Amino acid sequence: MAEQSKKIPTQHIIGFALSVILTIIAAWTALGSDLSTTWIITGIMVLAVLQAAIQLFMFMHITEKGVGNAPWNMIFHGFVIVAIIVAGSLFTMSYGFGHDMNDMDNDNMDMEHMEHMEQDN
Amino acid sequence: MSEQELKSGPLEYQTEDGQLKIIGFWIFLAAELALFATLFATYAVLFGRTADGPTPGELFEAKSALIMTFLLLTSSFTCGIAIHEMRRGSKKGLITWLIITLILGLAFLGFEVDEFITYVHEGATIQTSAFWSGFFILTGTHGLHVTLGVGWATMILIQLFRRGITKVTSRKIFVVGLYWHFLDVVWIFIFTSVYLIGMVM
Repeated sequence: MAEQSKKIPTQHIIGFALSVILTIIAAWTALGSDLSTTWIITGIMVLAVLQAAIQLFMFMHITEKGVGNAPWNMIFHGFVIVAIIVAGSLFTMSYGFGHDMNDMDNDNMDMEHMEHMEQDN
Repeated sequence: MSEQELKSGPLEYQTEDGQLKIIGFWIFLAAELALFATLFATYAVLFGRTADGPTPGELFEAKSALIMTFLLLTSSFTCGIAIHEMRRGSKKGLITWLIITLILGLAFLGFEVDEFITYVHEGATIQTSAFWSGFFILTGTHGLHVTLGVGWATMILIQLFRRGITKVTSRKIFVVGLYWHFLDVVWIFIFTSVYLIGMVM
């Protein structure tokens, strides 16, 4: 109970400071750094996962036990489903298609590719 | 968390009913993760399918995205403080921090509505292209959740004024707090994968 009666919520302040710092690093990585697009995307996604972890552990008290380890299990499986749906959709729907909009040749190639697929069906 | 703390622990965990309802809410949050996962997947697949409409790089602004992020991040923090105050048994502290949280949430919504209006004026509506449909559905669903959260928390605030901190109201506040933090988790991913990546690519 000692933790609950504390006047200063140390854990929350640390969590908040960390999330602000991570947000600034993510924004700088995306907008100010010279890294390649692939590295930027990988980097900021890792930072986002870290931030989510901070929210879950420092603000949402995910480790508190109600009945067994339920919250932890729920959210872990929730995130597994998220990863499967997002990565799976991207893989099946976008594999081999360019996302680069400035590259007209690439775009046209996609169009042809899509028309082919439609004809095949 | 030690075993001992559980028995004498926070008010909201002291009844079996309270414990079960908190667990139930975690199940709901896991289902919400699946909902947002499908919307993120749709957005990711439709990324770049802008037809002849504006591209994300043309419309996204780092400044407004960062302001929205910091508003929601701060509101998540103040909401955490509110729960902390509740566990200390301070009704006044709890109400104060909860109201601050709600004001920050409303400010966030204001920015989001303003942003949507700007985009529509610049020619990006939900009907413009597959990309913008995906964008408005994903961010709009999150915005709707925030709106619902504000309404929900306001009603619980009224109960709190009337009944004070009891085993029932503390559980309700804890649950609405979980919901609010969860919305921040979703927003972190929207900020990263929609705004930042949209501006990079």
